[in-house]
Amino acid sequence: MRDVSIIGIGQIPVGEHWEKSLRHVAYQAIAAAMHDANIERADALYVGNMLSGEISGQAHLGALLADFAGLRGIEAVKVEAACASGSAAFRHAYIGVASGLQNITIAVGVEKMTDDIGSKLTAGLASAADADYEVIHGVSFVALNALIMQRYMYEYKVKHEDFAGFAVTAHANGAHNPNAMFQQPISQASFMKASMIAHPITLLDASPMGDGAAAVILCPTEQAREFSDNAIQVKGSAVATDSLSIHDRRDPLWLHAGELSAQRAYHQANVTPADIDFFELHDAFTIMAALSLEACGFAERGKGTWLARDGEIGLQGKIPISTRGGLKARGHPVGATGLYQIVEAVQQLRGQADANQIANARLGMTQNIGGSGATIITHIFEGK
Amino acid sequence: MTTEIARHWRLNAQRYQLIGEVCPKCNGKIFPPRDVCPYCADDHAQPEYKFSGQGEVYSYTTVNKAPEGYEEMAPYTVALVKLEEGPLVTAQLTDVANDSVSIGMPVEMVTRKLYTQGDEGLIVYGYKFRPHLVAA
Repeated sequence: MRDVSIIGIGQIPVGEHWEKSLRHVAYQAIAAAMHDANIERADALYVGNMLSGEISGQAHLGALLADFAGLRGIEAVKVEAACASGSAAFRHAYIGVASGLQNITIAVGVEKMTDDIGSKLTAGLASAADADYEVIHGVSFVALNALIMQRYMYEYKVKHEDFAGFAVTAHANGAHNPNAMFQQPISQASFMKASMIAHPITLLDASPMGDGAAAVILCPTEQAREFSDNAIQVKGSAVATDSLSIHDRRDPLWLHAGELSAQRAYHQANVTPADIDFFELHDAFTIMAALSLEACGFAERGKGTWLARDGEIGLQGKIPISTRGGLKARGHPVGATGLYQIVEAVQQLRGQADANQIANARLGMTQNIGGSGATIITHIFEGK
Repeated sequence: MTTEIARHWRLNAQRYQLIGEVCPKCNGKIFPPRDVCPYCADDHAQPEYKFSGQGEVYSYTTVNKAPEGYEEMAPYTVALVKLEEGPLVTAQLTDVANDSVSIGMPVEMVTRKLYTQGDEGLIVYGYKFRPHLVAA
């Protein structure tokens, strides 16, 4: 196995890009990343996407995007793992280089949510869950998270207001990210007044969906200096799985796949949670931020919200999260989200996070959650 | 519009009668049925096991924005129900006001319409749960 580094990043602002098609937003991210890495060719392209078949009527994204990026002829496939598709694509691009089978690889995540904005999109998102035993009962994706959050609040005697810090912190950070969908701060008071979606989840517990595309370029670390003065090394890369359905889990309030993938990544990087300088976690809903912090060893079971309450998740805190806005403020373009997280981690480690820069950030972690916790992918990156 | 028939028909035993399995090795009660025991990983053939349909609410929420095909029913309550034999199942609650549900509430299985596939399409029936009726 070879050490692997990221030598280029690219992204488009998350939002409603009505005038652009899926192929065009993906191309913009790929082109920006290739320009950043100063490369013209690659050996393979891995596309992270969940819903193109359902909402854009377009499968077969590997060949389509390779062609539109001017790379016709190269190896290219789509990788799907629901909301974790972006990190899954990155993982395959990483394996390609680490194994020695490929030298330069591209991972792009893309989702064109606004190609359908009705109940078809709601149904498409629900397909991350068990079709025969969850979705048939009319359970939406929000409802799945609400089932977990309701029980969590009951079991650990946590109040809804205890989750406010996750949303407030994410929006405070998103306010300084030009690629974030929402660039306005929110207050604790507005969190408390937000309208109900699926009890206990309100509008400000939930991340907004939007169109998005983000991409990175990978190459062997030993060659990285030929392309980049600020290459970022991949120190840990791990995927773990759990049951697709919540009802089949031993403990519905514990992200077992999050714990497994984080432990594997810590082991590969030879670090502990205390070494991590910032954590781009999967705050699709505030409950997922709490569960992710617990599964990764930053908080004890049932105490994830304490970090928010105590101000430990802010840019100056013990474990800064969502430093560029997270899913909550940057937005959650499902299959692209994992690559936004990685692009943002690279920005922090390069010292390019502007107003949100964490001083002396050296080790950054990302965690991308598919479905209600069935696929969880953790990466650890190291800057100079 | 009726091309989904086999996908639902093959699950009739589970959906109409809550038929699961019991592991011959560890005696664990399994629902929904699967090929490898989720408790002990035994992969021998598992005999059928009919669940009683009695349980209690483990968690619940109300769906206001429903997926395609469920819009007419909204708002409706979905729950994780802890069956008395052990497993959790996901199902809708019925015959109960959305705001009168609580964790720990005793419920029992009933058969109801789950989903209608358009005006001329399939109607899928299956289990929902309602508050436990106490004999007068």
